[in-house]
Amino acid sequence: MTDSKLRRSLLYVPGNMPSMLQNIPVFECDGVIVDLEDAVPLAEKDAARQLVRRFLENYTERNKEILVRINPLDTRWGYEDLKTVLPALPDGIRLPKADTPEIVERLDTLLTEFEEELELPIGRFGVLPSIESALGVINATAISRSSSRIFALAFGAEDYTASMEIERTKGGEELFNARTQILWAAKAAGIQAIDTIFADVSDMEGLRAETELAKRLGYTGKSLVNPRQIEVVHDVFAPKEEEVAYALEVIEAIKRARLLGTGVISLKGKMIDAPVVKRAARVLRTAYAHGMTDTPVDEEVIHGAQ
Amino acid sequence: MALNSLGREIPESYAGRRLVPYSDPWSLKPAGQIAARELRRRNPGEKKLLSSLREAVDAAGLRDGMTISTHHSLRNGDFLLNMVVNTLAEMGLKGIWIASSSVHPVHAEIIPHIRSGVIAGFECGVNGLIGELASKGEISCPIIVRSHGGRARSVIEGSVGIDCAFIAAPCCDEYGNLNGIFGPSACGSLGYAQVDALHARVVVAVTDNLVPYPAIPVSIPQALVDHVVLVERLGDPAKIVSTTTRITTDPVGLQIANFAAQVIDASGYLADGFSFQTGSGGISLAVADRVRQLMRRRGIKGSFGCGGITGYFVEMLEEGLFSALLDVQCFDLDAVRSMGRNRTHQEISADMYASPFNAGAVVNSLDCVILGATEVDSDFNVNVNTESNGYLLHNTGGHSDTAAGAKLSIIVAPSIRGRLPIVKDRVTTVTTPGETIGVVVTERGIAVNDRLPELRKELAARKLPVKEIGQLQQEIYRVTGTPRALEFEDDVVALIEYRDGSIIDVVRRVRE
Repeated sequence: MTDSKLRRSLLYVPGNMPSMLQNIPVFECDGVIVDLEDAVPLAEKDAARQLVRRFLENYTERNKEILVRINPLDTRWGYEDLKTVLPALPDGIRLPKADTPEIVERLDTLLTEFEEELELPIGRFGVLPSIESALGVINATAISRSSSRIFALAFGAEDYTASMEIERTKGGEELFNARTQILWAAKAAGIQAIDTIFADVSDMEGLRAETELAKRLGYTGKSLVNPRQIEVVHDVFAPKEEEVAYALEVIEAIKRARLLGTGVISLKGKMIDAPVVKRAARVLRTAYAHGMTDTPVDEEVIHGAQ
Repeated sequence: MALNSLGREIPESYAGRRLVPYSDPWSLKPAGQIAARELRRRNPGEKKLLSSLREAVDAAGLRDGMTISTHHSLRNGDFLLNMVVNTLAEMGLKGIWIASSSVHPVHAEIIPHIRSGVIAGFECGVNGLIGELASKGEISCPIIVRSHGGRARSVIEGSVGIDCAFIAAPCCDEYGNLNGIFGPSACGSLGYAQVDALHARVVVAVTDNLVPYPAIPVSIPQALVDHVVLVERLGDPAKIVSTTTRITTDPVGLQIANFAAQVIDASGYLADGFSFQTGSGGISLAVADRVRQLMRRRGIKGSFGCGGITGYFVEMLEEGLFSALLDVQCFDLDAVRSMGRNRTHQEISADMYASPFNAGAVVNSLDCVILGATEVDSDFNVNVNTESNGYLLHNTGGHSDTAAGAKLSIIVAPSIRGRLPIVKDRVTTVTTPGETIGVVVTERGIAVNDRLPELRKELAARKLPVKEIGQLQQEIYRVTGTPRALEFEDDVVALIEYRDGSIIDVVRRVRE
């Protein structure tokens, strides 16, 4: 599932806390991951599931992407999570501990069954697998191709370091190989890549440095544990002003090309074709979300370029 | 009963005085002269130092039914009002009115003296238990709530005549020169006491820090002080000022602060010469922090910061982001220390700060002020006096003064407090009229008063979540449900006086 939605910031919100859920419409992140897994104690699993369903049913004017992190499907809660929350129509499921393509395929099958039962188009629910073990990293490429519902791969460094029996450090050297491998898998599959959380919510400089690294490598977004982190992450993912200016020129150039009946045109001596337009569009979508441009991207022009 | 212009029912008289219903913020004109007091003569060699408060009460000629005052710069660490009232009770006085600048929870100790008749009423707002008990009908005493500027105005015009002002003086000499900067009870600016020192019939300086003559710098001069009393302790330093006030880390608070800072930016006032006031709350400081970053980034040099001053504003002064601080009260120890150190950190009286009836108050020169709210209604009226249970729990402070004076007054508040919505059809009590409020900022959206269409347009152009206040209210109600209306008895337990002396609202006894 290749899509171009902005996912600079995916904020975890515990599914068992009404006070946090009620603030979901307010935070300016691109998406939230309502968590039924690690944030919810065993005794509250059932109640949290019901609470999340109620919340989603009432959150009708959605202003951001909503993913639900279910419990792993090999636990006794995973299937119940799906059964309860899917009728409330989240945009997708964040699948924890996606170690093998078979696990994702199983989720895909279940989602298809629910879509049929709910009379929804097949593929309505997206999937964001979370790669968080050595096995998952090795299988990243296969996982990325295991379902057409997958729109991105996410890296979960906390569990990954646990699986590797190592400490996670501020510098993050120990994550480098996994980060890169997941990124390659995502890019090769033409989907997005979401970097891991930065756990120290008071260290904004550390968050900035890690996000800058992730962006340089090619990640398109980051999972967050606190709303205070949103601004820093958006700031890092904001395009530079010269990038925006160039992207605007590219869009104008390709519009001229369309008038001339061609899909290729030269701008300042460089050839502008579909991939360049696509990249310009991504820059402009981010710029618009960041308040750097006044008008949304002309999707018709982009579409014509693809 | 009469209806004021906000539709609030105002009795014709209260505690023996005729009331003027509120009409609008601007038109009520003062009449008469500044209140004067008798001249006095003090010859060389006459001493001012008395050995006890009891002697001071005698020397002041206090009798039944008279009015005394203290100032609230020592806030919840103040011992003086309790000491004075206990002394009055021991001496058998009755029917005394308290015209302090504010009364705090620490003063709950005087409640038995209300019940026994030593205290007859309050010419000031009350924070805490006294207002709550009055709201429940458990004590009976008139309370007239005034803003800081309104109180200064009432003393200066003589509508509140103070027979004896007891001034807590953290640093004082035997001849009555005093300041608030030094000593174990240092509280910084004595802006409220300065008004009392000029207009009370008798002025008694009470200190726990008697220093050799002359006490420098002079905040209140010897020429105004009749008597000096040395006591063991004026207050509890730990409660006089809060420790360093902190920028909020709550994500909702930060979101509000982010919106508020963008409102200020969009207003166009954030340029050289910018003047600004915030409170000491976590959201206010977060707004100040964002404003500070914008000022740094753009090289903006502001004119002044005012109101209750915090260490945060002191840092901005010392960084050169403001030319001056105009300080009517210090909110923390950094501000107190700054007053002794920074020449451009200027102590000002409550009159100069905020009175509507002088040749021009500081609030009139404010560009932007950040204010809080307990409730806001669809006409932008704001309540800060009563809580959602209807109890009178808070004084007005400078709320209505700065809202009236500033070019842009911004209310910042979380949309839901506890489980209660901040925006209602009708606030329980009107403290500040909606016509003086520019913008209400919550984490769920920004409501702009109709009188600022240009600002609304600019905020919308910047893609900020601008909403009609009714829309904001409905969105909040969808989460909280519609709150049940409180029920009140007919008895009026307190007047809410607008800064010009007209009555903007009353507080009625809560039906239990």
